[in-house]
Amino acid sequence: MSLAISTPGATQQNWLEKLGAGHIILGTALVLYPLVASDFFLTQIGGYSLIFGMLGLSLMLLAGYGGMVSLAQITVAGISAYAIAILGNNNSNVLGFGWPWWLAVPFAVLAAALASALIGWISVRTEGIYTIMITLAIATATYYFAQQNYAIFNGHSGYAGIRAPAFWGISWRDAKPFYYLCLGLAVLSYAAVLYGSRSTFGMTLQAIRDNPRRMRALGYHVTAHKVFAWLLAGVIAGLAGVLLVWFNGRVSPGTIGVDAAIDVLIIAVIGGIRHPIGPFLGALVVVLMQTFAIDIVGAERFNTLIGMVFLVIVFVSPDGILGLWGRIKPHLAQEALRPGP
Amino acid sequence: MTESLAANRLQSTGAYALELDGVARHFGALVALSGINMRIAAGERRAVLGSNGAGKTTLFNAVTGDFMPTAGRIRFFGEDITDLPPHERIRRGLRRTYQISQLFKGLSVLDSIFLACRGVSRRRFSLLRPATSDVNMVQAESILNAVHLEAYRDTLVATLSHGQQRQLEIALALAGAPRFILFDEPAAGLSPTERRDLVAILNALPRHIGYIIIEHDLDVALRVSEYVSMMHNGRLFKEGTPQEIEADPEVQEIYLGGKHG
Repeated sequence: MSLAISTPGATQQNWLEKLGAGHIILGTALVLYPLVASDFFLTQIGGYSLIFGMLGLSLMLLAGYGGMVSLAQITVAGISAYAIAILGNNNSNVLGFGWPWWLAVPFAVLAAALASALIGWISVRTEGIYTIMITLAIATATYYFAQQNYAIFNGHSGYAGIRAPAFWGISWRDAKPFYYLCLGLAVLSYAAVLYGSRSTFGMTLQAIRDNPRRMRALGYHVTAHKVFAWLLAGVIAGLAGVLLVWFNGRVSPGTIGVDAAIDVLIIAVIGGIRHPIGPFLGALVVVLMQTFAIDIVGAERFNTLIGMVFLVIVFVSPDGILGLWGRIKPHLAQEALRPGP
Repeated sequence: MTESLAANRLQSTGAYALELDGVARHFGALVALSGINMRIAAGERRAVLGSNGAGKTTLFNAVTGDFMPTAGRIRFFGEDITDLPPHERIRRGLRRTYQISQLFKGLSVLDSIFLACRGVSRRRFSLLRPATSDVNMVQAESILNAVHLEAYRDTLVATLSHGQQRQLEIALALAGAPRFILFDEPAAGLSPTERRDLVAILNALPRHIGYIIIEHDLDVALRVSEYVSMMHNGRLFKEGTPQEIEADPEVQEIYLGGKHG
């Protein structure tokens, strides 16, 4: 503990300095965004990017800090989405316990976190491409199970008629409140990951990524740390799943298909996995592409355009948009995003 | 003969940091180590010399538990550790460095040493950021100074020079109150200046820390050790003071390929 006596003014200044100009400008822009954006841009672009940014963030935590590339993050989000549908209300007449949101949400996120830890526990004995393969297998198996199981998952059609709740006098389904809800949870997840990256656990995870043998020799339980990282990533993906099912109003096997799983990976790769801001940048680019590519090149070619943009970004900068920024920054000679630890 | 020599020499101190009794290690038909008997007193500094393939690193692996010995017993400060897993041996104060640096390329120098200190403490798991006043952080800072890396405190390990990485390798072994360290060729690939620095670092270690150093550079090995064991084909064949070993014609024949100068 520092013994220096500081005035409240100085403390405040320290806080602003710690936050950094980049964060302050970005934060202000995001808070003021609803003043200029239409409802469509608020939810379909803003809200959707933040949700997929959180999914990308949960992958970034595993891949960037832990060296574990997972294709099962959408599956984890799907588990919490299905849990919200089943524990709360829906109009599918299969299951629906009618729990209030404040009970259903923690249970859904907990279920997602535990499922993530289980997937992690199964896959941490593999490395590199084999982790991708085993998580892809888990994602695919869950997709087909959801599609063929009617007792719990209601098969192909899944659950519909799920509504974001209304509380504190606000209908969180409306565009502006929903955007702020997404923004709040995204900022919370982002800040937690950013803080955690310099915590003892965060440093341990990165050291395990770099040299698990030495970490074992230093007395660390490598598997336990990795599984715990999966649990934390599961909390973030679980929260994203709750927002996703409230956003769509429905959840079906299509929500957790392999296409969606690959989208999350593309978001993380395009954005960059060295810093937690990367997945949010990637999500914005992918969501904009998915929304507007069809207007630019027509319905038959829009996937080609998305694919080409992906190739160009990866070709020009293997570290994604963050890497591009890292290269441009010295030329601009200004202080902005710090590189990830 | 060598055994009685060592015993006589250590009679006065009595306490042994490391005792090896008939330690052997076979890989199939290959005998990597055979009948190794060694007594090293607490705080003693020993060099193990020998040509490539003599079994020096295998000896280290047997002591740390990376490979279990095929036969024989190993005692560490009187306790039989032959059957203990590597991390249990670490918690008892045994450390090693590696021939090829085993570092964390994505972390800073200080964070690497901090994790090494934290690894042997009870608070290995924490979701909080360590304060600068954290006891392990303070330890890390002092180890940083001990290995002359204070100027590279916040440097990313991946960007350190080879010599600095070797110094950091030693720093990781110094973390968390070690009682005995096994140095595996710490001078490999170092420049003459860096070698001088290494000798200074080793000679400045607290007196209670004993070590074995494997080193091909006789200049380094003989200046940082009090006693030397020679290995050949998986066996110990000669022991003596650095002066005796340096002057021994048989050693020169086998190790240096003939008499020099």
